[in-house]
Amino acid sequence: MVEFTLPPNSKVGTGKTVTAANNAQRKKIFKIYRWDPDSGENPRLDSFEINLENCGPMVLDALLYIKNELDPTLTLRRSCREGICGSCAMNIDGRNTLACTKAIADIDGDVKIYPLPHMAVVKDLVPDLTHFYAQYASIKPWIQTESPTPPDDQERLQSKEDRAKLDGLYECILCACCSTSCPSYWWNSDRYLGPAALLQAYRWIADSRDEATGERLEALEDPFKLYRCHTIMNCTDTCPKGLNPAKAIAEIKKLQVLKGT
Amino acid sequence: MSTQNRPLSPHLEVYRLPLTGLISITHRMTGVALSVGTLLFAYWLIAAASGPESYATINGFLGSWIGKVLLFLWSFAFYFHFCNGIRHLFWDAGKGFDKEVVEKTAKAVLITSVVLTVLTWIIILAGGGS
Repeated sequence: MVEFTLPPNSKVGTGKTVTAANNAQRKKIFKIYRWDPDSGENPRLDSFEINLENCGPMVLDALLYIKNELDPTLTLRRSCREGICGSCAMNIDGRNTLACTKAIADIDGDVKIYPLPHMAVVKDLVPDLTHFYAQYASIKPWIQTESPTPPDDQERLQSKEDRAKLDGLYECILCACCSTSCPSYWWNSDRYLGPAALLQAYRWIADSRDEATGERLEALEDPFKLYRCHTIMNCTDTCPKGLNPAKAIAEIKKLQVLKGT
Repeated sequence: MSTQNRPLSPHLEVYRLPLTGLISITHRMTGVALSVGTLLFAYWLIAAASGPESYATINGFLGSWIGKVLLFLWSFAFYFHFCNGIRHLFWDAGKGFDKEVVEKTAKAVLITSVVLTVLTWIIILAGGGS
């Protein structure tokens, strides 16, 4: 349902200010969303001024510097630090992206960091992705076949052209940047699958080796699951991997029309 | 650990909407405006069918400055919704989804609808229409 404002327990207050830059030449203020589940208090925005000489070039480097040197309670997910695991997805400077591939130098003024938008917060920058993953599971992200499995020394073959249809789809790392940038997903995530799950759905629909295309399309033929996409294009705008979920969704919609003819 | 009272992370107030997102919201708002405008148009038709007095009343309202402002906004809403609707038709055919194209067509819709609105009003006002 459309709710423009945050519920009372989610309103963000002002937090503490930590200054660790003193006379530094290159310094930057990071304003970071904090919420401690044990405190019983509302979320707050903490401010950390740091000397950029003390950390690496990426936003993730700054976050880890703050966690290691200034406030060990700062909580975030991170793993690969090279844009392939999708763990450090968050809202930086008003857009969803990966902290590890976002350069501090690309941001004018203070760096504002929030968890992925319109999600239940577990702690600080960690959103609850349980529902997001359940939606992914619901599109059955595995190959489904009816024809007999080839013998052990053979594979299910695919032409180069058919393989090329998966380019721009298989690279998705399920970081959830796109889905949580989508106003339709904000208001209807209980029933709308969102761009990430739909791009993944199309990845299997487009796979020439998969033999459940009809069932997959049938499962998506629903006013909410698929058609809450209104081509707002925030997903494609924000994808840190440069993919195009909006186009994948449009391809599914096209196939739905063709299926009926 | 409590999972009951988790806050909802900020969304609309922190998200810096790209031009394409703003155009999308404007499409929705102009759609609503057009629906309301259609009610006004229907009222105008009913007034015309009800006789010269009621027709003069509604025409007087539409000819006043507030009526003209409403008609001006309505004409912009019409042109904007029309142009962006064409953009949506291309999308429905699976075309024009590349990031650069989406950006360009967003600007084109904005510029075209403003130009058409201004042209329309130049023609109306130059023609001395009330």
